[in-house]
Amino acid sequence: MTVGGWQPARVVDAVAATPSARLLKLQVPGWPGNDAGQHVDIRLTAEDGYQAVRSYSIGSYGPGDTIELAVDEIPEGEVSPYLVRDVLPGDELEVKGPLGGYFVWRPGGVEPVQLIAGGSGIVPLMAMVRAARDAGAAASFRLLYSVRTAEDAIYRDELGRVATDGGVGLTWRYTRAAPTGWQGRLGRVDGDVLRGATWDPDRQPIVYVCGPTGFVEHVADALVQLGHPSARIRTERFGGA
Amino acid sequence: MAVVSRGFGARRRESDPRLPPGQYLTEDFPVLSAGPTPRIDLDQWRFGIRTGGGAEVSWTWDEFQALPIEDVDTDIHCVTRWSKLGTSWRGVSLDTLLESVESDASYAMAHSYGGYTTNIPLDELRDGQAWVAFEFEGEPLDPEHGGPARLLVPHLYFWKSAKWVRGLTLMDDDEPGFWEQNGYNMHGDPWTEERYW
Amino acid sequence: MRAEIATSTVDGNAAAGLLWDVFETDVTALIAVCGGCHQAAAVAAAVVEIDEAAAIVRCRTCTHTLFTVLRQDGRARLVIGSLHEIVRP
Repeated sequence: MTVGGWQPARVVDAVAATPSARLLKLQVPGWPGNDAGQHVDIRLTAEDGYQAVRSYSIGSYGPGDTIELAVDEIPEGEVSPYLVRDVLPGDELEVKGPLGGYFVWRPGGVEPVQLIAGGSGIVPLMAMVRAARDAGAAASFRLLYSVRTAEDAIYRDELGRVATDGGVGLTWRYTRAAPTGWQGRLGRVDGDVLRGATWDPDRQPIVYVCGPTGFVEHVADALVQLGHPSARIRTERFGGA
Repeated sequence: MAVVSRGFGARRRESDPRLPPGQYLTEDFPVLSAGPTPRIDLDQWRFGIRTGGGAEVSWTWDEFQALPIEDVDTDIHCVTRWSKLGTSWRGVSLDTLLESVESDASYAMAHSYGGYTTNIPLDELRDGQAWVAFEFEGEPLDPEHGGPARLLVPHLYFWKSAKWVRGLTLMDDDEPGFWEQNGYNMHGDPWTEERYW
Repeated sequence: MRAEIATSTVDGNAAAGLLWDVFETDVTALIAVCGGCHQAAAVAAAVVEIDEAAAIVRCRTCTHTLFTVLRQDGRARLVIGSLHEIVRP
């Protein structure tokens, strides 16, 4: 039953993903399924009625009543520390969704797909990678994932497997520290990085960019400079730097 | 009934229903100005209301101080997101000042020493909604906060409470003042977040 | 009502929940035409300042406020600004 759009949900799994992030699986009775790229609003209510609402992208896609979220802890935050440190399987919260009809990918298109993630921006793009893999479309996907260090990469192992077996063209970008043996340079994503790691504009890819607002703005501008039409760049900004 | 989440709420920040959307509480009184602080001699100070026809009524500082003065306790909300609750002021109500004026104008442009302007609907300056204030928290209003006198229209974002106010020009049609020409809202209601144009 | 959330701008994707309260459907994929500059863009692409109580949705091209969506006293409100047109893509 949905009351004002809010559906009760129960945490069924909570697993560390990185030193600061956790993967939560929520069971949402009556969940209608979701497209890759969609998000939910989560509402938490305290004993005294105090409430907080936050949006989180869904890392899973498709039918079924279990959804996966990845929550990165914001220091001094109000909600993310609770979800990353305190929440346990069995705990209850409320979910509104699935939300979002713009930043989604559905199989069936002919154009190649370019995904560009900054930090926790990987989450909705991971849903797209999973959907592409399952649809046999992984070879038409390239992913550029920018993180501070390898330890900060959510879904790191699974991405490694998808790149090897499924054919997604994966490029890592480390901004602060690289893993041992890394041959590339460190630093932010710039025009050179994009040129080397993304589908050429001639291929007319659809591009999805997700991450902190500053990252998305910077990357979207660089993509346009490289010749990608803005109409083929879809963005989702998470706030913060 | 909302589902209660076990153990949630320990890290909440204070949430006051008296805060409009997007505002946080401050105990300070931040100073934001578009230009330098004018220094106005009380001997030279005037407050005038000019009608569309050109007629003007004005008061010197002494004449102004002889008018009925009210205590005002109110919350103020800045578009830069700070709010200050329970501030106290003393000033002359615009209802008192507008008694001396006959006009069927609908809008007013407030003018300040130094050139600042801001526009307000005239019926939002009436009925106990606005004052020309010259005391804050029991002290004469500091120049950096708009002294000797500023407009006080607390139900709108505080950029409408023109510092160093020198008068109003009444207008039939709404016209944008300084900030309204530079990206800010013509009206400025904090409760519907009318921040920007 | 957290100003710390609101001080960082995001985009129309983040307003999907508040907008759902008004329309009971997703509207972020719809195209909004700005009455100020006549540029058209998906609602999802608009510049948004948001907290738990409200979202200010502005045209990315000219910064005019397209509309503001608010949650007040348990009710959802959409206050129209410069929005001129909505088009289904």
